[in-house]
Amino acid sequence: MIGRLLAILHARNLEFLRDRGTLLFTTLLPLMLVVGMGFVFSGPDRPLFKVGVIGASLERQADAFLHERYVQFVSEPDAATGVNKLTHQQVDLLMDLRSPVHYWVNTDSPKGYIVEKLLLAAHPDAQREVVTGAALRYVDWLFPGILGMNMMFSCLFGVGYVVVRYRKSGFLKRLHATPLTAFEFLGAQVLSRLLLILFITVVLYVGISTIIGFHNAGNFVTLLLVAILSALSMVALGLTIAARFSSEELVGGLLNLLTWPMMLLSGIWFSLEGSPRWIQWVAHLFPLTHALDAARAVMLDGAGLRLIAPNLLYLAATALAFLAFGAWSFRWRID
Amino acid sequence: MTDSILEVRDLVKQYPTTTAVAGVSFAVPEGTCFGLLGPNGAGKTTTIEIMEGILPPTAGEVRYRGEPLGPRFREEAGILFQKTALQDFLTVRQSIALFRGLYARGLDVAEVIRLCALEKLADRDARKLSGGQQQRLLLAIALVNDPAVLFLDEPTTGLDPQARRSFWELVESIKARRKTILLTTHYMEEAELLCDEIAIMDRGRIVARGAPRRMLQEHFAEVLLELPRQDFPDSARSLPLNLIEGPERIEISTHDLEGTLRQLLAASVPLNHLRIRPANLEDLFLELTGTELRP
Repeated sequence: MIGRLLAILHARNLEFLRDRGTLLFTTLLPLMLVVGMGFVFSGPDRPLFKVGVIGASLERQADAFLHERYVQFVSEPDAATGVNKLTHQQVDLLMDLRSPVHYWVNTDSPKGYIVEKLLLAAHPDAQREVVTGAALRYVDWLFPGILGMNMMFSCLFGVGYVVVRYRKSGFLKRLHATPLTAFEFLGAQVLSRLLLILFITVVLYVGISTIIGFHNAGNFVTLLLVAILSALSMVALGLTIAARFSSEELVGGLLNLLTWPMMLLSGIWFSLEGSPRWIQWVAHLFPLTHALDAARAVMLDGAGLRLIAPNLLYLAATALAFLAFGAWSFRWRID
Repeated sequence: MTDSILEVRDLVKQYPTTTAVAGVSFAVPEGTCFGLLGPNGAGKTTTIEIMEGILPPTAGEVRYRGEPLGPRFREEAGILFQKTALQDFLTVRQSIALFRGLYARGLDVAEVIRLCALEKLADRDARKLSGGQQQRLLLAIALVNDPAVLFLDEPTTGLDPQARRSFWELVESIKARRKTILLTTHYMEEAELLCDEIAIMDRGRIVARGAPRRMLQEHFAEVLLELPRQDFPDSARSLPLNLIEGPERIEISTHDLEGTLRQLLAASVPLNHLRIRPANLEDLFLELTGTELRP
């Protein structure tokens, strides 16, 4: 079984490496992403004060401070979420207006220092609590999203089109006349794409993090595990689409139907916090959402395996389920 | 039959609008070359693909060494489809090595390359081969597991006469290794040359079966005289001859060659363009099915 899998894997890798056009495109696109990110995020961030408010809705708070100009107030569900944001300087100050009024300030944040002065003018006897932590720039938050998006496109389209092309040309039919099983064939396709995508993701990671000066807060091995499971799940998802169809147009359409909602709803570009509950529910069906949640937890908060275990389990389970479904519904020849 | 390696019983393949195979049974003895002949749409390829385990039959069964097709059959069968694409960007040698890797047992890649006379092409991109070279590569891939039974589905269709002849030589050398071969073809010459036994298919059924030479003897004790139509005067039509009229030629089938020639001379039929030939499978096919055996 392993011998047959390796034979297909080797041939697929050779095919990919010799297809100069595809190889160039697969390497150039991430490179362009790196350069583009470097260009877009080279300027300073837009100045704006942002204050997190815990508890009841903002409208009902008849507090003078909430009418300050040039300060944006955002509602936080609980103290833990708010403090986490404050640590990353995603908000400049966190406050709880319920009596007795108290607030948290990040002493590493210059903006926090100024907003604190404004708050104390309105509430001179507010109780002070202190956190520390360097600023999390939008680009740091976006970075895992870019890696994930690139991974998603490469996984879904990379295997989807290849398998459909094999089927259409009759190559799959020829393989069917050998002892090769569908599971072995699909396994080899998954492995081949996995190796490629890991290589490209590592190159992208090193390139982008050098340009934007990113520091990974977590463990690299944990991050690699997130990358492997994410790629496995998404390659397997691509195979479920490619399992039986023989029209590139149809498969292209179906892959677009999958990638666009993931692109918009998985939290690549912006956080889904505050969006309607049903959108969040749908978003959590996508492997990419779990991939990004886990990657951000490791890269930004330094989370360990235990914290991201639910995400990893979801990715592993979907990978297995997609692969099993793909092997079950697999067609060697055009119906 | 105990010595048959492949046995087909009451095979039926039904599609929504047509019946491609309508109850076909035969057995292939080990070490022989069995030919399936028929016009397009006769059900040859459907039959052979069911025998290869690629298509499921609607009814009936195929047995390999007395057992239903299974993993053993896949390990021991070599297959050359009518049309096959290989993986892109691989050389001849790599394409063969890929398939060698899919079998537990088989020949060395170098040996298969030598067997199919591909030495000079071994490092060429498989997509850059001529039609004949491509068929030799596909044959090499079909031989890579040293198969006990080899399926060749119209292997020389579309090849030029020289490439076809060199392919036949290859198949004869494989036959000499006591392999069982199942062949479908349009070409009578190919079937006469390679096959020990043939079955003629028409509209999903076998209409005749036997050794090519014996079948010809059974159906044609006569020889055939061919004349261009314009050389055959209307006056000669009253002669007591067995005429087969074609659009360009008139054929006369006879047991008594000398007598017929004397009759034609007496009727002043010009014999400058006369051709005398024994009946071939083409004539047999025409007689059995009423259709030309041409692609």
